[in-house]
Amino acid sequence: MMKTGTLRQILLLTDGCSNQGEDPIAMAALAKEQGITVNVIGVMDNDVIDDNGMQEIEGIALSGGGVSQIVYAQQLSQTVQMVTRKAMTQTLQGVVNNELKQILGKSASMEELPPDQRGEVMEVVDELGESVDMEVLILVDTSASMKHKLPTVKEALLDLSLSLNARMGDNKFSVFVFPGKRQDVEKLLDWTPKLETLTSIFSKLSPGGITPTGPAISEALTYFKKKRSLRGLLSRGDDEQYFEETI
Amino acid sequence: MAMMNNTSKKPFNFPAGTVIRGKWYKQIYTIVKELGYGANGMVYLVQGASGYLALKMSDSNVSITSEVNVLKSFSKVQGTPLGPKLHQVDDWETRGQKIHFYTMEYIQGMNLLNFVQSKGTAWTGVLIAQLLSDLERIHNEGWVFGDLKPENLIVTGPPYRIRCIDVGGTTIQGRAIKEFTEFFDRGYWLGASRKAEPTYDLFSVGMILINLAYPQRFNKTESGNMQQLRKAIAAKDQLCKFQYTIEKALEGSFPSAGEMRMHLLDALSHGASTQSSAPKQSRRASAASSSRQPTQQPSRVQKQRKKSSHFLETVLVIMIVSLLYVLYIYGELM
Repeated sequence: MMKTGTLRQILLLTDGCSNQGEDPIAMAALAKEQGITVNVIGVMDNDVIDDNGMQEIEGIALSGGGVSQIVYAQQLSQTVQMVTRKAMTQTLQGVVNNELKQILGKSASMEELPPDQRGEVMEVVDELGESVDMEVLILVDTSASMKHKLPTVKEALLDLSLSLNARMGDNKFSVFVFPGKRQDVEKLLDWTPKLETLTSIFSKLSPGGITPTGPAISEALTYFKKKRSLRGLLSRGDDEQYFEETI
Repeated sequence: MAMMNNTSKKPFNFPAGTVIRGKWYKQIYTIVKELGYGANGMVYLVQGASGYLALKMSDSNVSITSEVNVLKSFSKVQGTPLGPKLHQVDDWETRGQKIHFYTMEYIQGMNLLNFVQSKGTAWTGVLIAQLLSDLERIHNEGWVFGDLKPENLIVTGPPYRIRCIDVGGTTIQGRAIKEFTEFFDRGYWLGASRKAEPTYDLFSVGMILINLAYPQRFNKTESGNMQQLRKAIAAKDQLCKFQYTIEKALEGSFPSAGEMRMHLLDALSHGASTQSSAPKQSRRASAASSSRQPTQQPSRVQKQRKKSSHFLETVLVIMIVSLLYVLYIYGELM
């Protein structure tokens, strides 16, 4: 089996537009520069997300190199695991395409190969998806309008850990909410392979306040960095690619 | 993915008559009608050079390619085909958009749910038994089907035969299930693992049987678990004869699809109240064990059983008395 590195993702769960601080789309671009993918799930209730909210959600995912999806609260569980996996595959495919370019020259990518040859490349992507380690930082909007959606969000996150933990690779999750009590972001759960502990913490949350999405993303980035700097001597620099070590 | 049906828009919307020209193999396909869609792509009935085909298209090269890999592997297995036969893989460039597609055998028929609703529940056992023998072969090849549900099962014929059509969830054993639908997912109901293993599929088969009795399906209550599912099974007469088979499948206690198949067939041939954990038990033994389970039976059945046992007792007493009398007369005559 191939030796694989760690994939880093931010999963943002929100129900609308940010209203304070830096532009979240710029912050997502910053994340991408540091090799961290940003995925966004817009959680609708019976209300609809307005155009501005929609544009922001798509914009964040686009500049964060990730996937976005708007979904009704009832379908959240399936969507969260799907978006996370899809983004993972997308990133891995990017990595494999880079390798192909090095071997076959500039224009080569999986899409350019004749269909019959794609199968083998796909098997490599599949195998990487199974064995790669993942770090997923979950960023939950807890502004007032999210209040009654939080039980569903909790369910969906437990479901996500069930799906990712069925893989062979290791997973680490951490959970942040914004706005926090005092700062823009508050840590709920430190890096852990199990999300089950979330159940008790989530019920104590008191949603309310503003939506500082941009500051929340930029704060989340430093959290990845801090963690990485501890092992900085082992891994290579931050900014050149998605992977510490590939293939 | 398939479960997104309710919220997601159709990924494509090509009218009948649209001509699709493959970039690599130059084959021409004309769209006849839409067969179905999910978030991952769309399936059309098309007219190709050699007749009708089903064409699945997606803007994601990933899902198309991995499905093609599964179909190729299925095609190497002997016996009745496991999935639709793969025809060709190609790309289609239209209006600056690159669409990936593959064509396959068009499997004509009703989906399992519609079939059983229109032909009657007598077909349930037969079709599920057929499904289980296909699953056993899929498992023996090292795969797990994954996204098993009535929409992905087509009944062709006559003679009627069940066929699996959507391999989007089909996963190598030991990996994480690629695609699933909540109602048929043991993770959703029991928080059980989504690792691809034969018991994952067998759980889904159990839920398919429940779905046939509850066409509208239902959601889990606060913390969905076995208890809710047991109640649902007990509440429907048509599930009575499958009760123990379903429960064992949901608990994950069948080691293989073949074992589940035998248990199912055994329960069907021994009637509704049979609970034989070992399929080879004699009829009398299993009848005895079922009468030791009074809580599982509706009270009316119990009363009837009591009445009939009284009757048996009376007959027995009369027979013994008359036997003794005959012996007595015999003795007197001698």
